Amino acid sequence: MRSLTRTAAVLAATALVLAACGSEEEPAAPAPSAPSTSAPAAPAAPAALSGSVNLDGSSTVGPFQEVAAELFMDENSGVRVTVAISGTGGGFDKFCAGETDGSNASRQIKESEEEKCKANNIAYDFIQVANDALSVVINNDNPIQCLTVDQVSQIWDEGSTVTTWGDVDGLDLPAAFASTPVTLYGPGTDSGTFDFFTDEINGESGRINTTYTDIGEDDTAAVVGVAGTPGGMGFIPFSYYQETKDQVKGIAIDDGNGCIEPTPENVLGLTYTPLGRGLFTYFSDVALAKPETVAFAEFVLDNAIEIAGLADFVPMTPEQIEVQRAKVRALTGN
Amino acid sequence: MSITSSTASLPQRDSIRGAPPAGERAFSIAFSAVLGLGIFVALGGLAAILIWAVSAGLPRLDWGLFTNAPSTARIETAGFRTAIFGSLYVIAGVIVLIIPIGLGTALYLEEFSDRTSRFARLVDLNIQNLAGVPAIVFGILGLAFIVRGPVGIGFVAAAGSLTLALLVLPTIIVSSREAIRGVPRSLKEGALALGATPWKAVWTQVVPYAAPGVLTGAILSVARAFGEAAPLLLVGAVTFVTFNPRFWSDGYSVLPVMIYQYATRPQASFRLLAFAGVLVMLVLVLFMNSFAIWLRNRYERPLQ
Repeated sequence: MRSLTRTAAVLAATALVLAACGSEEEPAAPAPSAPSTSAPAAPAAPAALSGSVNLDGSSTVGPFQEVAAELFMDENSGVRVTVAISGTGGGFDKFCAGETDGSNASRQIKESEEEKCKANNIAYDFIQVANDALSVVINNDNPIQCLTVDQVSQIWDEGSTVTTWGDVDGLDLPAAFASTPVTLYGPGTDSGTFDFFTDEINGESGRINTTYTDIGEDDTAAVVGVAGTPGGMGFIPFSYYQETKDQVKGIAIDDGNGCIEPTPENVLGLTYTPLGRGLFTYFSDVALAKPETVAFAEFVLDNAIEIAGLADFVPMTPEQIEVQRAKVRALTGN
Repeated sequence: MSITSSTASLPQRDSIRGAPPAGERAFSIAFSAVLGLGIFVALGGLAAILIWAVSAGLPRLDWGLFTNAPSTARIETAGFRTAIFGSLYVIAGVIVLIIPIGLGTALYLEEFSDRTSRFARLVDLNIQNLAGVPAIVFGILGLAFIVRGPVGIGFVAAAGSLTLALLVLPTIIVSSREAIRGVPRSLKEGALALGATPWKAVWTQVVPYAAPGVLTGAILSVARAFGEAAPLLLVGAVTFVTFNPRFWSDGYSVLPVMIYQYATRPQASFRLLAFAGVLVMLVLVLFMNSFAIWLRNRYERPLQ
């Protein structure tokens, strides 16, 4: 009996060891090496490109980079580009651990994330890839057309005392609607959209009316919530608002210069403040040492307007693109 | 039915031949109604999902769905090929891992261990507790120990396999133990009496008769693993892969993750694709399960 007990144990152990051995055959992702600014020259013959570029991060930027990756691979079939979506914060978490080549972000990198990157010896830089008008949306039955930044903040700030729409200062609402309770929908704390909105509206990233409904990374859930609740209100990226204009109403924002609608023109004209923003992709120095990553970054900028059109984003202006091109050239030493 | 009538009629033996009392009849009718309701809920649920998915996803149902790669620029011709490969790789890894480990653990616990020993009781308790751990916790475990940490194989399909294998091991162990317990002791004892070693007796007499039960456990485990999205999101199933994945390197995606992602996109054409993805998954699950059931029936021999 004893020896057989051992046999069974040995068999089970062998299976485990086999599994473990197999895993050792393939080394883990290359360990982050010391920062180096000298990247090799940009590829002379793009047809010979191979290797991989893996991107992670914002759910707002993800669909843009998916289109970019697809068009890029049409021309460079040897390169394997993948795009994952785990939120701007979740993306930086992996990026600063050296696990991804690029991180999509709907805000700038935070100090705490910078420190993590630094601790792991990861140098990086970012390019802007598109523009966004972060849209504040309400239910179609809501008569409001425009809110000031202060009014939005009164509703969304931490410790807000607003419970019905009538509680909001300076609104001239029909009595029937004034008693409608305010119900808030917004993305979770891993989202760059959340950080950006709270920073711009409430003055501090992460500061929010804690009674809001957290819809995670699923911006469509905010649309569904607002569309189904008469007193609903939420904030979503422009690409989501553009597709759901028949379900929810985007309101104009008054930042002291009158009511400005969330439109591509107003974002590009820099009048849609404070919620007009850039969308970014961060690349690590290790990734930029690979010709395929550089080629991909250049491809994104060369085709930024076409990609934005296909993916329903607010494109960059030719001037913005030129600035980003110069940046890539400086990064790669060309 | 026979149970209710025999137990309820014990005190009044004379009435066994006659009509059962009214109360008992009402009880048995109510009991059949509950059973019928159970069947209705189970089958009705499945039928509702099938009808809903088919009616919503039908406009997109074609071969391209299986053979084309995912696409964001050309949603109309996008397919799930790479996610199907990803799912099959991950599931193949799960099967290879759980059958030997699950069966081995069950055999050890049922046939070789001293069931009253502290160690066996500890293993037993742990397996039962593991079965109740939420999937997302296994995802976190996989991220910390398999993707990063000691195993450190990175965000690859193999990491998904290992994580899901841990998730479904309790299921296959528990059902394998039940199957082994159901094999009459006399078979093994007969073999031992004829001079077979304990290992030989177990391998030739117990395992073949327990095989159908073990396979049932495997079917349940694999079906669960196939539909999991949450733990795989953590261990690196990405949302956009246009090339067929490899097992030990590169990003991979799986069907549930793709469906989840597409369902959250604002474009109606993506949501249509999500429904079509549900159909692809249903087809694959039905195909895999039919194969497993065919396999089980082949091994199902009556005891002689």
